[in-house]
Amino acid sequence: MNAPLKVLIADDEPPARNRLKSLLADIPNVTLVGEAGNGKEVLSIASEQLPDVLLLDIRMPVMDGIEAAEHAQKLYRPPAVIFTTAYDSHAMQAFELNAVDYLLKPIRLERLKAALAKAQVLGPAQRDALHALAPQRTHFSIHERGRVLLVPVADVIYLRAELKYLTLRTAEREYLLEDSLNRIEQEFSDRFLRIHRSCLVMRDAVRGFESRPDSDGDKHWEVLLKNLDETLPLSRRQQHIVKEFSG
Amino acid sequence: MKIMASIKQNPSPILVSLPDFRNLGFTLRTLVMVNLLGMAAAILRSDSLAGTWQQLLLISATLQPVLLASLLALYAFNQPLAKLDYRAGVAAVLVLELLIATAAWEFNILLFGDENFSSLYRCWLLTGLTSSVLLAYFNLRSRALSPALVEARLQALQARIRPHFLFNSINAVLSLIRDDPKRAETVLEDMADLFRVLMADNRRLVPLESEVALCRQYLDLEKLRLGERLHVIWNIDEMPADALIPPLVLQPLLENAVYHGIEPSGEGGDVVIDITLKRDQVHVLLSNPYHQGGTHHAGNRMALDNIRERLALHFDYDARLHSTVVDHRYQVSITLPYRTS
Repeated sequence: MNAPLKVLIADDEPPARNRLKSLLADIPNVTLVGEAGNGKEVLSIASEQLPDVLLLDIRMPVMDGIEAAEHAQKLYRPPAVIFTTAYDSHAMQAFELNAVDYLLKPIRLERLKAALAKAQVLGPAQRDALHALAPQRTHFSIHERGRVLLVPVADVIYLRAELKYLTLRTAEREYLLEDSLNRIEQEFSDRFLRIHRSCLVMRDAVRGFESRPDSDGDKHWEVLLKNLDETLPLSRRQQHIVKEFSG
Repeated sequence: MKIMASIKQNPSPILVSLPDFRNLGFTLRTLVMVNLLGMAAAILRSDSLAGTWQQLLLISATLQPVLLASLLALYAFNQPLAKLDYRAGVAAVLVLELLIATAAWEFNILLFGDENFSSLYRCWLLTGLTSSVLLAYFNLRSRALSPALVEARLQALQARIRPHFLFNSINAVLSLIRDDPKRAETVLEDMADLFRVLMADNRRLVPLESEVALCRQYLDLEKLRLGERLHVIWNIDEMPADALIPPLVLQPLLENAVYHGIEPSGEGGDVVIDITLKRDQVHVLLSNPYHQGGTHHAGNRMALDNIRERLALHFDYDARLHSTVVDHRYQVSITLPYRTS
C-alpha cells in the first residue's frame, strides 16, 4: 500500500471547507494536512507540510487560488493543483484549453476521487495559462533557505538587477528574487517606474528628485525615496520622468 | 479629495430615432401609405369611378418611380443616416427625397416631353409633404412602441441570477446536511422564497417591507457562507413600510455589496442600509467597503443600469439613483416618490 496522499484544502467559506473535508473523509488513503482561508495561508501551510495536492478555490480574498498555485511552484516539492470554483466561465475556459484540473462546486465524490487519482504537477504550458489569468501578482515569492517567503507588492520600494538575481528592497530589508526586470515592468507598468537600465522603483515610494554634480563636472538626477535613506541614480535617458512628476 | 468616482445619471427620455430603412416593415408600410395618398389624390382630381382609375394611372406614372427610387436610396444610405442625430437625419432624408424627385422629373421630361407634366415646384411640394407625413408617422410609432421594448428588455434582464451565488449557496447547504439537517431545511426554504421572487413576473410595484424581508433572507444565506466576515447594519426604524417600490431594487444592490465589498476582503466589513422618509420622498442609502482595482465592475454597472431603467419606467424623472465612493466606502443612493396602494 502506498503512503497516503497528503491534501491541503483552501476556500474562504467555512461551509465549503467542511463539505470538502467530509468528502475527503470518504476517500480511502487520503489525509488532510491543513485547511486555508486564502492563498497566503496556503503557501505558509504548504511550506511546512509539503502536501501532494492542493485543492484551491479560485476566488479568495488576500491572494486568490490562481496566484497561490503560481507561487507554490517554487516549493521544494511542487504540489499538484486542482482548482475548485462555483462559477468562473473565464477561468474554466482557460483550464479546459490547457488541461488544468478543476472541479465545479458543489463537488461530487466521484469527480473528486477521479481528480485526486490523476492529479499532476503543473507543466510549463499550464503555468503560462495561469499567469495569463492572474495578470498582476499581489505578492512576490522569494525562495530562501528551503522556504517560500511572500513580500506584498505594495511593500516594495525598488527592484535592482544584479548579475543573476534581482535585489528587492523593502523598508526593512533586501531579498534576492529570481525574476526578470522586464517581465515585472510589463506586469506592473502602472506601479513601477523604470529609472535606469537596471532599476525599477515603486511610483508611490518616490519622494522627489535632486540634481547632483558628476565627477566629470556634468549634472545628473538622483531619485529620493520615502521611508528609505538611500538615493538611486536616474539615467540620462529617463530624465523626462522628473518633468512628469513635477508636472 | 474623498470622492474618487461619481456616477450620476438621470433617467433618459424615450429616444426617437429614424426608422430602420432596411426593415421589411418599413418598406411595406411606406408602400401602402404612399399609394393610399396617391389614391386620395386621384379621388380628389376626378368626378367618376372610371375617371379615378384614369387619374390613378397618371399619378402612378410619376409616383412609383420616385417611391421605388426612394426606397432603394434609403436602403443604401441606412447606415450613414442612422449615425446622424434625429433632426439632422430628418433633414438629410428630406434633401434626399427632393433630389430624387428632381431627377425623376427631369427623366420624365426627357422621355415624354413637357406638356403632360406639372411644374417642378409642385413636384417638390408633394414629395416634401409626403415625406414629412411619413416621417411624422414613424416618429409617433417609435414613441408608442419604445416602452414595450424597455419592458421586454427588463424581463430579459430580471431573469438573471448571479450563478456564483446560486452554486455557492447550494454548496453551503450540502455542507450542512450531515451535521445540521434542521438548519439545512431552513436554508433551503429561504432559497426557495428568494428564487420564487427572482423568477416571478416583476412588473408590479411591491411594498417596501416585503422587499426588505426578501433582503434579510438573502443576507441570511450570504451569512451562512461568509460567517463573521459579513456584518449587516439596518437603520430602518423610520422606514415607510407601505411605500411602493419596484421589486428587486434593493436585493441586487446588496448582492453587489457582498460580491464587491465583502468577499474580496479577508476580514470582511459592514454593509449598511439606511431607509428614511423625508418630505414625501423615500431615501435609500446602501454602503459597503470599497476595494480599489476590483475586476468585476462591469457586472455592477449592469445591475445599476437595470435598476435605474426600471425606476425610470415606474417613476419617470421622480426617481434617482446615483453611486459614489466616499471615505473608502462605496455608496448607492436611491430617491423615489412616496406612493402607497
